Amino acid sequence: MEKIFKRGESLYDVATHYCPGCGHGIAHRLVAEAVDSLGIREKTIGVAPVGCAVVAYDYWNFDCSEAAHGRALAVATGIKRVHPEKVVFTYQGDGDLAAIGTNETIHAANRGENLSVVFINNAVYGMTGGQLAPTTLLGQKTATSIEGRTKKAHGYPLKISEMLALLPGVCYIERVSLENPQEVLKAKRAIKQAFENQINNLGFSLVEVLSPCPTYWGLSPKESLDWIKLVMRKEFPLGRIK
Amino acid sequence: MPKIIINQDKCKGCLLCVNFCPKGLIKKSTKLNKQGLNFVEVDLKDNCIGCMQCAIICPDCCIEVYKE
Repeated sequence: MEKIFKRGESLYDVATHYCPGCGHGIAHRLVAEAVDSLGIREKTIGVAPVGCAVVAYDYWNFDCSEAAHGRALAVATGIKRVHPEKVVFTYQGDGDLAAIGTNETIHAANRGENLSVVFINNAVYGMTGGQLAPTTLLGQKTATSIEGRTKKAHGYPLKISEMLALLPGVCYIERVSLENPQEVLKAKRAIKQAFENQINNLGFSLVEVLSPCPTYWGLSPKESLDWIKLVMRKEFPLGRIK
Repeated sequence: MPKIIINQDKCKGCLLCVNFCPKGLIKKSTKLNKQGLNFVEVDLKDNCIGCMQCAIICPDCCIEVYKE
């Protein structure tokens, strides 16, 4: 019998520390599949964030670096400038890329650094206990907005992808979702496109992935996927932004 | 006939595969694995159509799909 779906070479055969139903597991696999399909495992360097995915380098079978909280794009800039022949990407959550690292994110994009970014948006701070993140939806209950996010107290959800799309150094931005197998396949194509852009020296590419966090949304894994489809997509519409 | 093999030690029992299997072949087990979680198991393997939906949605890459 022929094996038509298996774990690729870029993903170590180990159990992850993520909660049941967490989208990080799927996103890690999509990155590994994109690297394998382009045959660039030997020259890929990933930069892991601070957040739930802080030990992503334990799961990927290619070179990785760790960065201080929010500084993944600054570290990636250094790596790419010293090793322009390598394929360098960052993997960051919303607390990392859109909160503490907003400065680094905007300036790396504005410089048009030839990097790929996988941005996992799950609308909460997962690692520290489900607090309100910049991307938390209005009305969403979190550990630090127990009555739900309000525009008066917390402002509006931050649409970092739309903001970055205004910058001339950015070549590709797409928002994808992990809500069902069809959307997962679209997410895989988008991540592969971001790597191809870098190989073709086109500039800064970012893929925003709407990812479930069942634990801090207080929902079952399947309900979390439905919540992305019915609620989160209204605030963060899918599709190519630039 | 296509078939799937589930790595039951790595399965965390999120049941996403159960929800997306169009043939309803995957079920939650009453047994526990090494992690102390209810893993999933397949019955009626002969009806598997090899659509890979379970494997694509699995967050822990526990499912391998085989086809003739």
